[in-house]
Amino acid sequence: MTGQPVVVRDAVVRFGRRVALDGLSMSAQPGRVTAVVGGDAAGKTTLMRALVGQVALSSGSIEAPPPHEIGYLPASTGSWRDLTVQENVDFVGGSYGLARDVLAERAGVVLAAAGLERYRDRLSRQLSGGMRRKLGVCLALLHDPTVLVLDEPSTGVDPVSRVDLWRLAARAAAAGATVIMTTTYMDEAERASQVLVLDRGRVLVDGPPDAVVAAFDEPLTQGPRAIRPEWAWRRGGTFREMWPSEPPPSELPTVAADLEDVVIARTLLRANGRGDA
Amino acid sequence: MSPRPLLEVVSVTKRFGDFVAVDDVSLSVGAGEVVGLLGANGAGKTTVLRIALGLLGATEGQSWLLDRYPDREVRRRIGYVPQSLGLYADMSVRENVAFVAEVYGRRGAQVPEQLAGVADELVGRLSLGMQRELAFSCALLHAPELVVLDEPTSGVGALARTALWDTIHERADAGVGVLVTTHYMQEAEQCDRLLLMAGGRLVGAGSVEQIVGDTTAVEVSIDRWAAAFDVLSAAGLPVTLSGTSVRVADVPADDVSGVLAEAGLHAEVSVVPATIEERMTVLARADQDAQA
Repeated sequence: MTGQPVVVRDAVVRFGRRVALDGLSMSAQPGRVTAVVGGDAAGKTTLMRALVGQVALSSGSIEAPPPHEIGYLPASTGSWRDLTVQENVDFVGGSYGLARDVLAERAGVVLAAAGLERYRDRLSRQLSGGMRRKLGVCLALLHDPTVLVLDEPSTGVDPVSRVDLWRLAARAAAAGATVIMTTTYMDEAERASQVLVLDRGRVLVDGPPDAVVAAFDEPLTQGPRAIRPEWAWRRGGTFREMWPSEPPPSELPTVAADLEDVVIARTLLRANGRGDA
Repeated sequence: MSPRPLLEVVSVTKRFGDFVAVDDVSLSVGAGEVVGLLGANGAGKTTVLRIALGLLGATEGQSWLLDRYPDREVRRRIGYVPQSLGLYADMSVRENVAFVAEVYGRRGAQVPEQLAGVADELVGRLSLGMQRELAFSCALLHAPELVVLDEPTSGVGALARTALWDTIHERADAGVGVLVTTHYMQEAEQCDRLLLMAGGRLVGAGSVEQIVGDTTAVEVSIDRWAAAFDVLSAAGLPVTLSGTSVRVADVPADDVSGVLAEAGLHAEVSVVPATIEERMTVLARADQDAQA
């Protein structure tokens, strides 16, 4: 498998009056996992669907391989609930025109990596949520795609299966694929090679996770309550608060931001009208 | 004497044929408490929840809801947000609110302020975060004394997640009891008290530190973390990832160094306290081994 970069330039997607992607540009490289994060209606799912050609751009362009070279896990489904694991594999493998022996070998590799080998005869709907998500990723990987697009593979999945899911994505990247995945969990985004933070259809910030965190130089305090709620957010039993236009009160300890703080802070800066953050 | 808990499960066992889904579990939720029920898939969380709410009968043991037998009448006094949210996708936000209000005999209920802008949108067209917000508001419409939430912030972005937890804590501060099922560390940290299930049994209770107990993990410091992750996985060790740090739970440090050295990877290893997720992973593996 030789990977291929994915490049998006000034993409605009409109659904009626709503602008889902608002001039978004990004690129993802072969051999790497690119994580796409962002809050509600940030445009994560629209971007994933645009990448695989399920949503048409109003303007802008996307450079990506043709659909049959892309593996795609949609946010909602990913497998056929009334088919067994094996039947799902046969159906998807058949639709890609894989030869019987090639399919058998690929299925063996991906199902083993996902820990699903011994569930081949189980109906998809009888799998746990995490196992069903893993099956979806296996199906997306069957035809050895050059680009793998995963929309929230780990949402609702327990920690045991989440490790398996990461392993599947990381192995595809290690074998040369361009892997692009959305997530709402920052610990996953932290281990990607590149993280893309979206908000209302635009890129707030992107780069390697360490660099994204390091580039944020606003002071951040931690205290038992929010002093100005529009600039504060809860972390466990305490509140983080940022001070974009005044120095922080000296009695509050300052803390180093992590990726979760940076994503929230950048989103607040934009929401509260502090430019492009 | 302290008042009776809002929810009480006493020595409950549930068998499906030969399969023991819940094995002698007791738990309680008091007023103003946020209690987290943790466990991997298949640990028995949902079954306990269904028994506690009277939706499923126990094989042995008893459960009490607001000091009564958990029947339909008493269920009217609690709020429940399932993972599937229980909203009507083909109805608008306003219609969903009106319907739920009618069911609970609370006519004239208003669409919550934060959703006023989308009051006439079909629920199916809202983002997941907004749908969760709505489901949560609907569950609170009738001022329940106890709220049960199944993974309340799953799939919600970082900012909306903190807002939802703010609302949950406000209700708890006002005296509502909250029971949250989750397998996410970030949600567990928001709870006052935690209960951990594995293989149908209650295997831990208390704070994060008490749940983790003396379980340790070996943390591997290495630039080639992806290679280390692969090698340790292939050796069948319970590998987890926290950001880019590779960790192996509940295994001696020498075992980890040995596997890495054999693969020509030289790394510093240190023994650190395990996380809740690692504790869950260890328990889930032990449970799988026991079944196999």
